[in-house]
Amino acid sequence: MDLNTVAEVISPAEVGQWRPGDAWLGGGTALFGEPRPHLTRLLDLTTAGWPALTPHDDGLEIAATCTIAELAASGHDIAEKCCHAFLASFKIWNVATVGGNLCAALPAGPMIALGAALDGTALLQSPGAERVVRVADFVTGEGTSVLREGELLRSMHLPAAALRAVTAYRQGSLHAHGRSGVLIIGRRGDGQDDKGLVLTVTAATKRPFVLRFPQPPSAELLQVALTERIPDQAYVDDVHGLPAWRRQLTRRYAEEVRTELMS
Amino acid sequence: MIINGVPHDRAPRPGQCLRTYLREEGCFGVKKGCDTGDCGACTVHVDGLPVHSCVYPAFRAAARDVTTIEGLAGDDGLHPVQQRFLDAQGFQCGFCTAGLIMTTAALTDDQREDLSRALKGNLCRCTGYRAIADAVAGVVNVAEPVPGAAVGASLGAPAGPEVVTGTARYTFDEDVPGVLHLKVLRSPHAHARVLAVRTEAALAIPGVELVLTHADAPERRFSTAQHEHASEDPADTRVLDDVVRFAGQRVAAVVATSEAAAEAGCRALAVDYEVLPAVLTPESAMADGAPRLHDGAERNVVAELHDGFGDVHKGFGEADVVYEETFRTPRVQHASLETHGAVGRLDEDGRLVIRTSTQTPFLTRRALAVLFDLPEDRVRVLTGRVGGGFGGKQEMLVEDLVALAVLRLRRPVRHEFTRAEQFTSATTRHPFTVTVKAGARADGTLTALSLRVVSETGAYGNHGPAVMFHACHESVALYRCPNMRTDAWAVYTNTVPAGAFRGYGLGQVSFAVESALDELARRLNLDPIALRERNVVRPGDHLTAPGDHADDLTIASYGLDQCLAHLRQAAAEPKPAMDGWQVGDGMAITMIAAGPPGGHYADATATLLPDGRFDIAVGTAEFGNGSTTVHTQIAADALGTTPDRIVVRQSDTDVVRHDTGAFASTGVVVAGQAVLHASRSLHAVLRAEAGGRELTETVLKEMAARRRFSAEGHWGGSPRSVAFNAQWFRVAVDPGTGELQILRSVHSADAGTVMNPLQCRGQIEGGVAQALGATLAEHVDVGPDGQVTTTGFRQYHLPTFADVPRTEVLFAATDDAIGPLGAKSMSESPFNPVAPALANAIRDATGVRLTDLPLTRDRIWSALRRAGSASP
Repeated sequence: MDLNTVAEVISPAEVGQWRPGDAWLGGGTALFGEPRPHLTRLLDLTTAGWPALTPHDDGLEIAATCTIAELAASGHDIAEKCCHAFLASFKIWNVATVGGNLCAALPAGPMIALGAALDGTALLQSPGAERVVRVADFVTGEGTSVLREGELLRSMHLPAAALRAVTAYRQGSLHAHGRSGVLIIGRRGDGQDDKGLVLTVTAATKRPFVLRFPQPPSAELLQVALTERIPDQAYVDDVHGLPAWRRQLTRRYAEEVRTELMS
Repeated sequence: MIINGVPHDRAPRPGQCLRTYLREEGCFGVKKGCDTGDCGACTVHVDGLPVHSCVYPAFRAAARDVTTIEGLAGDDGLHPVQQRFLDAQGFQCGFCTAGLIMTTAALTDDQREDLSRALKGNLCRCTGYRAIADAVAGVVNVAEPVPGAAVGASLGAPAGPEVVTGTARYTFDEDVPGVLHLKVLRSPHAHARVLAVRTEAALAIPGVELVLTHADAPERRFSTAQHEHASEDPADTRVLDDVVRFAGQRVAAVVATSEAAAEAGCRALAVDYEVLPAVLTPESAMADGAPRLHDGAERNVVAELHDGFGDVHKGFGEADVVYEETFRTPRVQHASLETHGAVGRLDEDGRLVIRTSTQTPFLTRRALAVLFDLPEDRVRVLTGRVGGGFGGKQEMLVEDLVALAVLRLRRPVRHEFTRAEQFTSATTRHPFTVTVKAGARADGTLTALSLRVVSETGAYGNHGPAVMFHACHESVALYRCPNMRTDAWAVYTNTVPAGAFRGYGLGQVSFAVESALDELARRLNLDPIALRERNVVRPGDHLTAPGDHADDLTIASYGLDQCLAHLRQAAAEPKPAMDGWQVGDGMAITMIAAGPPGGHYADATATLLPDGRFDIAVGTAEFGNGSTTVHTQIAADALGTTPDRIVVRQSDTDVVRHDTGAFASTGVVVAGQAVLHASRSLHAVLRAEAGGRELTETVLKEMAARRRFSAEGHWGGSPRSVAFNAQWFRVAVDPGTGELQILRSVHSADAGTVMNPLQCRGQIEGGVAQALGATLAEHVDVGPDGQVTTTGFRQYHLPTFADVPRTEVLFAATDDAIGPLGAKSMSESPFNPVAPALANAIRDATGVRLTDLPLTRDRIWSALRRAGSASP
């Protein structure tokens, strides 16, 4: 929709330009999807010239401005699966960005699921300063994150070992291809030194929960861990699913993921 | 920006989205369905990639190539995808069609194999998607026009070529020079007195021309509901009121030279409210000492019905099984893809002209004339093509405010709802709570049936009484039962008003009645179909139900036995075994009157044109229901010609004398009857004039050159017949997740003579799909403060391609004694049996009776868990 209060677009924009009334602009699919009467200026990042995907020896750097379509075509199976968890159409993938999904910080944000599940980190920039936070810690609640006023998400980094790991994925929704009510990603250790399981719960919960098992857990241990680590009040209660149902699917899918990866 | 190969130099505004920029540049095929990126009606290609232009920053496209529906076709006619949508008739109202075509044109082969995923960003509210799947696959559904009878052939909609090229003109698809924009400030409170509206700051904003408050509004009260008899609805509404009765109600309007200025004006208004106590549920509204919403409505009851016949106590005493349960249905939004909106102006003669998205142009004209003390001939109301209605546009929700602004400023004014306003400030389906008690003997014979019905009409009584009375009629008149009792109330609450919605109350009460009869059958170990056969009305029966009901309703044709036989055939197929899933079957039937009680009027005029073709003027509106197609067929046969020589003009108070409107399932049986009479009369006149000569094109042209030949037809909507619908589902339920699969869906309809099998099938598929939405997904929620919390398609899930199974549509072979050429209504009614049939199937599969809609996966799982049958 038209953001009629916006009087100016800075393009390309850079760190340090933010002032009250500004919004960093990625693809725009989220920003233009709701009334934003408090905004007067857009700081466009898509013209900053950041390479979408940069492979490094230690992993993959995904620019905040990388589109969902670019990530889906990157050849990483788990990334593509997470793209399919978007409620949004493939047409939105052509425009929406990885960074935009992270910054929206919604429980169902599948880029948050991807980053949390693969031990990803987020690079945050503000004038004269940079910091790196784990994606699992980036989101603090429904729609809230550690981003400070004017701070910019530059990129997400996924470590190479995690990207290579065997993963299992389950998504549950109230509707076919609908918005995620629960999204579970399991990651198996490399099989030599690490025989464990990393299980990441998103969408069902208000923020990501990452459960690490150094040894393959039994079914019982897994369920005990889910119960102990994720309090009932951490499950989301909104139109996309009742909390008790989300908890049930979390437990069920977690067991399916354990069985798939540990057998 | 290069748009469809042509450079456009005008710079977009900084915060503008591509959709509005393209429309400002004349690309009206780019539609606003949601404006939030969810519905796909605005799909265009940017540098060859499909995007949703409503969430695409316009400035970003400044140096790019944009293709819209207008530029999709090459020089050699239609693009292949456009041709396919035309051949398959992959549309009804057509508002989503340009977006669907632009999306389909961009699909890869792999995506075409998985349309459930590929089309999840394209919402269609009309078709149920089968016709769209056919279009993508290249299925040709439309029949070639051939000599001979047009009625009974699957002809395409006359507007098809405009729909698929994006040139069909909906309400806002025309350039109105100098038009001003009207935006509304809405109440944050569920109930409040408006003490003061301070307008100085708003009026100081450059571009703001006018602020309207209750001080500017007529004192006269009216109902937003439109009926032939205005007395059917309480006159409880003002254009702008000094008391607001729901969160989302109009408080003030700002008219400005731009939408931005109008919005800024609304933000600059300062309002002092005295917050009043609010009642948010019917129970609290009817409680002793509850605050009253409207003078004269004791205990907030706007209408009630207490009546019966026989002796229900005796009847329940004679029963071998008695079942009693309470069923609830939520608020549902119509979600027509075109929102409410109107653009008004004064014509050269100073006459008020309102172009609006309405189902009732004539009644809206009358309402405006009364409201503003104008003679009816000083008001003209017309529509463009209407982008879906479903009852939601049998209501005056924008035209009054636009008229007030136009009359004050004497300049053109437009007012277009946002999608959020559709949820907070239009109308919903009435939420019902129905307690049903039913008794039967061991052989299944009903002995008594009693209903306790509470319908919540919200803050205003528009359609409240009529929906309540209708809900309590055909739902039980369908059955022979010697003892019936109904107690019903329609109740005001401080919530968004309910209004007319497809089915008009029948679906809500039928959900309860059909669930209860299913339960009786199970408890008596009888086949639910056999129990229906034992109790349904038969030809010659008097249709009776508690209450005073119009006595012009008869069974003028009867195909219910055939419908039930169709379901029996479907049920005969053995149930599959599915590991981990519970499989079950369910059915339900409904009856609907072909038209409303108390008269529904249509005038039509048939005129010979100079070129030998025929002009058919009708008043009723076309909003995707296909009535224009059928009218064309009726006229062609009656005039002894072919449909391509019929031109229909419609939905304009200037073209005929009167038409009650496109509601109450009357497009074929009332307006069609008027078309038939007009066409037959004209044909008789022409034949007499021809003196034995055949009415060839040459002869007709020669006659037309001599003088004007015209004839009128009229129909008063009485007597009325009834139509029947029967729905059967086979479902599978995963008790561990609540997931539901519809394995098979069969719908049998008794529509009398089927005028156009393709169009009628489309109505049924669309009705079933919309009902599946209401059954499995949709609910408008109201929060503890009275605010609607589901204000967009992300919170309010409409059925997508993936959600709607293919429904096998069967027709009973009947010929109605009343309807035109033997036809009956088939527009609202397919909706009605769907929810109970599905709940009955889940009951069969799981043993659990679900009583509260919608049946989402989490609720199914919760119900099974409560009943102890959910696996861990």
